[in-house]
Amino acid sequence: MPSAGSLPLPDRAHALELLHGMLRIRRFEEKSAELYTLGKIRGFLHLYIGEEAVAVGSMQALTADDNIVATYREHGQALARGIPAGGLMAEMYGKVNGCCRGRGGSMHFFDVARRFYGGHAIVGGGLPVAVGLALADRMQKRPRVTACFFGDGAVAEGEFHESLNLAALWRLPVLFLCENNLYAMGTALDRHQAQPDLRVKAAGYAVPAEAVDGMDVLAVESATCRAAHAVRRDEGPFLLELRTYRFRAHSMADPELYRAKEEVERWKSRDPIDLFMSSLRGWGLLTDADLAAMEAAVAREVDEAVAIAEAGPWEPLEDLTRDVYTVNEP
Amino acid sequence: MTKMTYREAVRSALREALRNDPRVFLMGEDVGRYGGCFKVSHGLLEEFGPERVRDTPLSESTFLGAGIGAALGGMRPIVEIMTVNFSLLAMDQIVNNAATLRHMSGGQLSVPLVVRMATGGGRQVAAQHSHSLEGWYAHIPGIKVVVPGTPADARGLLLAALQDPDPVFVFEPSALYGVDGEVDEAAGPGEIGRALVLRPGDAASLITYGGCVGKALQAADQLGVEGIAVEVLDLRSLRPLDTAAVLASVARTHRAVIVDEGWRTCSFAAEVSALIMEGAFYSLDAPVGRVCSAEVPMPYARHMEDAALPQVPAIVAAVRETLGSHG
Amino acid sequence: MPILTVDMKAGTLTRWRKQVGDAVKRSDIIAEVETDKGLIDVEVFTSGVLERILVQAGETVPTGTALAIIREEAGAAAPAAPLVSAPPIPAAVVPAAPMPAPPGVPVETPGRVRISPLARKLAAELGVDPSSIRGSGPGGAIMREDIERAAAARIPSPVTAAEPPDRQARMRQLIGAAMARSKREIPHYYLSTTIDMARTVEWLTEGNLKRPVTDRLLTGVLLIKAVALALREVPELNAVWRGAAAVPSQAVHIGVAISLRGGGLVAPAIHDADRLSVGDLMAAFRDLVRRARGGGLRSSELSDPTITITSLGEQGVESVFGIIFPPQVAIVGFGKVAERPWVVDGQVVPRPLLTATLSADHRVSDGHRGGLFLGAVERLLQEPEKL
Repeated sequence: MPSAGSLPLPDRAHALELLHGMLRIRRFEEKSAELYTLGKIRGFLHLYIGEEAVAVGSMQALTADDNIVATYREHGQALARGIPAGGLMAEMYGKVNGCCRGRGGSMHFFDVARRFYGGHAIVGGGLPVAVGLALADRMQKRPRVTACFFGDGAVAEGEFHESLNLAALWRLPVLFLCENNLYAMGTALDRHQAQPDLRVKAAGYAVPAEAVDGMDVLAVESATCRAAHAVRRDEGPFLLELRTYRFRAHSMADPELYRAKEEVERWKSRDPIDLFMSSLRGWGLLTDADLAAMEAAVAREVDEAVAIAEAGPWEPLEDLTRDVYTVNEP
Repeated sequence: MTKMTYREAVRSALREALRNDPRVFLMGEDVGRYGGCFKVSHGLLEEFGPERVRDTPLSESTFLGAGIGAALGGMRPIVEIMTVNFSLLAMDQIVNNAATLRHMSGGQLSVPLVVRMATGGGRQVAAQHSHSLEGWYAHIPGIKVVVPGTPADARGLLLAALQDPDPVFVFEPSALYGVDGEVDEAAGPGEIGRALVLRPGDAASLITYGGCVGKALQAADQLGVEGIAVEVLDLRSLRPLDTAAVLASVARTHRAVIVDEGWRTCSFAAEVSALIMEGAFYSLDAPVGRVCSAEVPMPYARHMEDAALPQVPAIVAAVRETLGSHG
Repeated sequence: MPILTVDMKAGTLTRWRKQVGDAVKRSDIIAEVETDKGLIDVEVFTSGVLERILVQAGETVPTGTALAIIREEAGAAAPAAPLVSAPPIPAAVVPAAPMPAPPGVPVETPGRVRISPLARKLAAELGVDPSSIRGSGPGGAIMREDIERAAAARIPSPVTAAEPPDRQARMRQLIGAAMARSKREIPHYYLSTTIDMARTVEWLTEGNLKRPVTDRLLTGVLLIKAVALALREVPELNAVWRGAAAVPSQAVHIGVAISLRGGGLVAPAIHDADRLSVGDLMAAFRDLVRRARGGGLRSSELSDPTITITSLGEQGVESVFGIIFPPQVAIVGFGKVAERPWVVDGQVVPRPLLTATLSADHRVSDGHRGGLFLGAVERLLQEPEKL
């Protein structure tokens, strides 16, 4: 719980907005899990449950002009960015009214109008792209930040090191956001990193870094705003380590043999939504009526998204080879 | 028309692009201060400055990926990977990002990236520095692959690549950098996807590209002395491939030999052979021949390397084989 | 049974974590399922009371099977892990990967024949001129079948006012090639039998006395009819070889070998010989001979025979063992009818005897069947009035 003594109370409207943001992600993900067991969503499904504070908190630091690159566990970021839930759900159904015409699925959400550049399924694969987006902004003198989300697993890939180095060397406006949920799929951080402290790694590339409690949405918001501000001031890249935890398995197909149930329960006691709700109640900013209205609104939004997905048509087979090239070969 | 070397032709195109389009920039290892490993970008840093001509760390995956990101962000980057041998480090960015972003995003994105790579063997630089992997790249939907075989095409195809909204991989045979040719510096961009008949003929079609074009022409000369008029077709573009030109040539000559510096197994020549079988079966008088590299990592010793690569005598022999005579 | 892993088609319920009567809340773990990835928890997506368990611990069921019934708080019973409604994926008829539009068929060098390499090789072997053949392959390409058919039919070039001088030579070549191939590819076996023609000769002579000269029957026609009827009894000799097996023919079209003036041989068909009266057979035979010698045969007559009869009696030959004309599977041979000693009731008597032979394809028939055929021919010729 943030120390209410040192920080001013959040604005009530803003606080409710943050809570709503986390709640809609949570309910959307729960519904997605259910739909997966029913066979409506296929392939891989990586749930964001437990990490909502990271997406919602960090999104507060970004403007509509900023770029976002994320991983295959990107539903939270996509929803927080404002991509319509119906388009996301339809995409997971594989329907043509999905945000990517059903071509990508759960792991590949893109929305160019909202500057959301995926949705990357290769661990570490998005970092170079983020560096390039930042390079383009710098060369065209646009004061934008490129927020690049990645997990602790990506820290082991060469691209992480190359990207931090290149971003620092060329002073590029990349905000590296490491969602450290302690596990790279089934391997705990201390089993794959000789140096598990990410701040030390960043320092090796002359990139300033900070660690943040990723279960505290206000802390995330505050840290990300500070970091983004520095990046926007042309101080070069910044690395934020957001310490969080995923309450569900790596993906729907994971029996979680690699972590103890007690550990999961321990982290669940720090559920970001529960934590924030209890803080808000304590500060008198949240009533039962507020919550009920919020849950109802979220339930409506999720139901609507499912309806949009259910009603969406399938892309016609004749269109199979479109969108391979910008101008299709005859 | 000016006589210039292949590298000068590439440089001329780079200079023109950097001058005329502020979105264009060049990045790669040693392209700036060093002037380019093959001296292609010599003088460009001085002329255009470090923002437009960027020396990168040895981080192929990330600087190629950054090229993708910069292209998404509205620039027109030219990424130079020193040689195709090092591009293997960037394969994930190439196959999983450059080639797929348009498709995965449902058509929202285009990646107008140009990647230039030196390719080929023949300089005794051994197994890790002598690859010809154009065939691998031509396999991938979502990217384009060109292999200019002359200075004029080196200039023309690079300019065409810069106008293409999709990723274009330009393979520059390192053996050709010093070769002279006529170049019209006022000419516009070339055309991706068009092959060129360098020499018409009626006895057999010698189909090739890149570093083997010269050898094919020499073989054609030799056979010409004996009255055998071999047609030489320079593919120039591997993806998209000018299949119509290939089939038209075979319809004229009824015999084909494909020369390809890649290893024979699963070579690009195998693809062309299959296309000929599918589209010109009834025009053939003999099976389609292939002259490719031997199934061995490139050896260092000169005589071994020569034996591993396609050479003029082997090309001549292959043509004779399709004509039904041996010698 | 929920879909819990990427390709899951079935799961084994290993343990129920709730019992009938327990209250369940949304997100509670209600059971454990064994999948190929290991043990995975099953959560419920609804709240209520567990009313009935449908699948017991240890059972393996396909995904989509209802595992239990949960009575939701509102009262209506709803199955937990509801049935999977199969998503209506569009018809699995995936269009073939669109090939790049084939460029227009390139203009062929004039005078160049569109022919497959195999057909070209065969044409050379059989001496068939490909330029005279219309191919049945793509774009009119000549295929192997076309060459085979042409060789078997030995279609003479249409009679024109100016006959090519080497027509005879070419025909010999074609026949020769076809015969050589027949001998090479068909395992021939040979049978012969001697037939007492007394009854037939007697019946014929008597009958011919009553007929006008133009309608007189020849012995050969009776032989044709006898063969045709005998084929009904041994139908496998009336088949056509296609590719790798013989295809029986419904109709009996007897090819009659006719020698041509100036040399050469044709064997056009008398169609449905088994159904023609002897009189009609005679007329047909006469007509065929006239047209064969005059060059008016139809190509269908040349390619239709299902069996051939070769008769060299007129040449004074005792017996003839012919070479089968592909794609037929047998050829019957007759020699001359001649008076020779025969034994009847223990006495040696002169009888008009005829040697009938059968050369047959051993892939299709054997001596037993061939023997039955010749036996039938012999039998039929003992009752010529029934032919």
